[in-house]
Amino acid sequence: MTGWPEGLERFLATDPHDVGCDDARAVLHLYAEQAASGADAAERFPGVASHLAACESCAEDADGLLAAVIAMEDQEEEHGS
Amino acid sequence: MKSEGSELLSQVRVVSAEVARENRDWVRDLSSTGDRRELACRRLYDVLLRAARAEVRRRSARLRLAGPEVDDIAHQAAADALLAISGKVETFRGDCKFTTWAYKFVIFDVAAKVNRHFWQRAGVAFDDEDWERLPARIGIEPEAQAESRDLLSAVRRAVDEKLTAKQRMVFVALALNGMPTDVLADQLGATQNAIYKMMFDARRKLRNALVDAGYLPEQQIA
Ligand SMILES: [Zn+2]
Repeated sequence: MTGWPEGLERFLATDPHDVGCDDARAVLHLYAEQAASGADAAERFPGVASHLAACESCAEDADGLLAAVIAMEDQEEEHGS
Repeated sequence: MKSEGSELLSQVRVVSAEVARENRDWVRDLSSTGDRRELACRRLYDVLLRAARAEVRRRSARLRLAGPEVDDIAHQAAADALLAISGKVETFRGDCKFTTWAYKFVIFDVAAKVNRHFWQRAGVAFDDEDWERLPARIGIEPEAQAESRDLLSAVRRAVDEKLTAKQRMVFVALALNGMPTDVLADQLGATQNAIYKMMFDARRKLRNALVDAGYLPEQQIA
């Protein structure tokens, strides 16, 4: 159960490594491709990972982008290219 | 907030020879004229439309969008993304698959359209101040909500005393009304980055105030 101090703490926590929306979105295609390949995208882009953990809008976009990249790869495999 | 994006962008990432060839073909065809360009545009539109449909479906489940508007949004997003990509082909750096880069345009576009659509229809005022919504918004279980009423008042006091007028407005819209950052940015004619930064500073200020008042521990929980 999430109680008050924990919930509030999590909500207010800020990471100085967080790069913000613009910088995260600028490299989101590289982040998604890295993640789709099974590599640790968070290790290569720690500031982006930190941003995605705190920004719902960008995290949602990252999820969508990752899903599109994976769907494309599946489709290419089906076509044997 | 530190900037690592531009630094990371300057690192050249190596793609496979096959991907590099496909990328060159896309760029060449989209930059050419006549039938070749026409054909490439049509191919890219199909790729974008497939991704747009999947993305609208993925988002609409939660936002309760349904029916023909789902497909309308997908078609519009694919067309808008194609136009944007056509005008920016020369900025593609070749450090990933061309389609991955292209997907970014369509995913961002779907997000903007779906969010705008949903929030317009929901008719939520971003300046509505119902503080009772805060516990649920930040994921506090109903059983625990009755506890620490004084903590909620402490947050409210800190919001009133420590935040600037702009930070306060952003906090109320995002934290109390659950408005997404991009939707608020849209409504205020600001960038998403600027709104995020304002909320980031507000969160830090509030945390410091609550630590000073003894409500939260000094050390940030990892
Ligand atoms: Zn963001």
